[in-house]
Amino acid sequence: MRASANRHRRRGTRQHKSTPLTAAMVLMLLYTLLPLVWLLMASTKDSGSLLSSFGLWFGDGFHLFGNVKDVLTYDDGIYVRWFGNTLLYALVGAGGAALIATIGGYALAKYRFRGRNAVFALVLGAITIPGTALAVPTYLLFSEVGIVDTPWAVILPSMVSPFGLYLMRVYAQEAIPDSLLEAARIDGAGELRTFFTVSLRLLGPGFVTVLLFALVATWNNYFLPLIVLSDPNWFPLTVGLNQWNNLATGAAGSGTTTTGFYPLVVTGSVLAIIPLVIAFLFLQRYWQSGLAAGSVKQ
Amino acid sequence: MRTPSPPGAPRGEGSAPPSRRPTSRRLATGSQGRYGYLFLTPFVLAFLVGIVAPLLYAAYLSFFQERMVGGTTFVGFDNYARALEDQLLRAGLWRVALFLAIQVPLMLGLALLAALAIDSGLLRWAPLFRIGIFIPYAVPAVVASLMWGYLYGDRFGLVRQIGDGLGVDTPNLLGSSWMLASIGNVVTWEFVGYNMLILYAALRVIPEELYEAAAIDGAGEFRKAWSIKLPALRPALLLASVFSVIGSFQLFNEPNIMQSLAPNVVTTSYTPNMYAYNLAFNGQQFNYSAAVAVILGLVTAVVAFAVQVSGSRKEHAQ
Repeated sequence: MRASANRHRRRGTRQHKSTPLTAAMVLMLLYTLLPLVWLLMASTKDSGSLLSSFGLWFGDGFHLFGNVKDVLTYDDGIYVRWFGNTLLYALVGAGGAALIATIGGYALAKYRFRGRNAVFALVLGAITIPGTALAVPTYLLFSEVGIVDTPWAVILPSMVSPFGLYLMRVYAQEAIPDSLLEAARIDGAGELRTFFTVSLRLLGPGFVTVLLFALVATWNNYFLPLIVLSDPNWFPLTVGLNQWNNLATGAAGSGTTTTGFYPLVVTGSVLAIIPLVIAFLFLQRYWQSGLAAGSVKQ
Repeated sequence: MRTPSPPGAPRGEGSAPPSRRPTSRRLATGSQGRYGYLFLTPFVLAFLVGIVAPLLYAAYLSFFQERMVGGTTFVGFDNYARALEDQLLRAGLWRVALFLAIQVPLMLGLALLAALAIDSGLLRWAPLFRIGIFIPYAVPAVVASLMWGYLYGDRFGLVRQIGDGLGVDTPNLLGSSWMLASIGNVVTWEFVGYNMLILYAALRVIPEELYEAAAIDGAGEFRKAWSIKLPALRPALLLASVFSVIGSFQLFNEPNIMQSLAPNVVTTSYTPNMYAYNLAFNGQQFNYSAAVAVILGLVTAVVAFAVQVSGSRKEHAQ
């Protein structure tokens, strides 16, 4: 009797719900969402009411569209350029990272070859290597090679994801039965064809998970582009937005604060957040199952 | 040489040794092994370019110094000797250590409670909480820092507005005594949902039978959380701790952004990473900066490793 009630619990049906617990979680939800509500509200205000009106409600007039227009047209549309750069770095960098990690994790999970365990141990060690500690040396190295201030300087380092490889190895072990590969081999399918026609489809959720987390890492990357780029035309959104903020607060060196920049920073921030939030919301089912599989054998 | 695999045969993991052999024989060997190399090659190349080469180059650079006379010369461990004596670096390391000691347990504690609450089935609208608490993770650190910086600030800060509304004096959150806590709050806000999801994912794979057994024994939700869920979460918690430790030592984005809002509080050596950055780009001391980066990397790796070892030792002791 109790056991079957318990099964219902896992499915979340016929279970009494706890109001105090829900209330506590509402507090936490307010903590995570209220700052974003503030940001959304702020993006509807002009600089005057941004400084004077209450943060969690609208100010005088609705200036969202005017603000968006200002963001998109300021300085000959430099924001659009930054947006495009970010998109380029994220898609090529994260897409590359996810693909490379998927093929590599598949190799580690499904093939035996000399050095396999050594590579995996090395990569596991590399997970603890601080990514940002590598940024300054990366700059120095890239300036030797002469690719500083080009997109490559941002894209190349983001193509490697040790954690992605780790996750995909675990995922491939679980998701692809060896018997399936056997069957494909007996049918005479080549290894490459097997990978692309059989295995890749089974690796889907894992791939989406790694891709999303790599997308976040590259879309939100700040330290590396800050270091390796000096031409504003190649800036991603993060570096560009901070430049605008420095103009607003007067930290840019001009000494004068330009409060007119605040709506640009705020509205630009909102536009920068939207793509990732949408990606996470719409791909929920994929990445949540990918995460679950990755945690089986942590 | 291939062994046909019986359908539904147990996987090698966790079963008795004899059943392991067919598993290993089923893996491709010989001529198929070279496809293993082929598939792994892109990763190895990216790994060499993105991690190994900068690491080696940093180590190399750290042994040289640029002198007014004679150009760049080999100086052995001089840069390291200087770094060990460097008060600014030491202060930065202590600051991130303090940050780590307080912020990481707080954030992981919150993440743990949230994950347990969502998994308990006692919550109304559980999916809403799951995604809503996670959403800040998708917000760039730059935007999060700017936003919180504005919220903290005098100019149009929400904190001040709410404080005024309640008639409470709010402290200067961008002042020197509150800055580290303010940064800690930004980092917590960004990553609490991410860690919650990692823990939640680990909770979802706990076998149903354990709960059924617990229910037969008459265990309530708290007892189940304590005796089944927490032990099962240990590996995931350990992983989250290691990543958080690394993140704390690497602290850069948030303080660097806050610097523009409070330039007198957040100094150029506020965290070791900021120090390495400013040495290189505002001081042109590339060699010394490389030495600082190497030391920071070593300290991070050692602490992360220590966390891992102490965590898994406790696991074995159980």
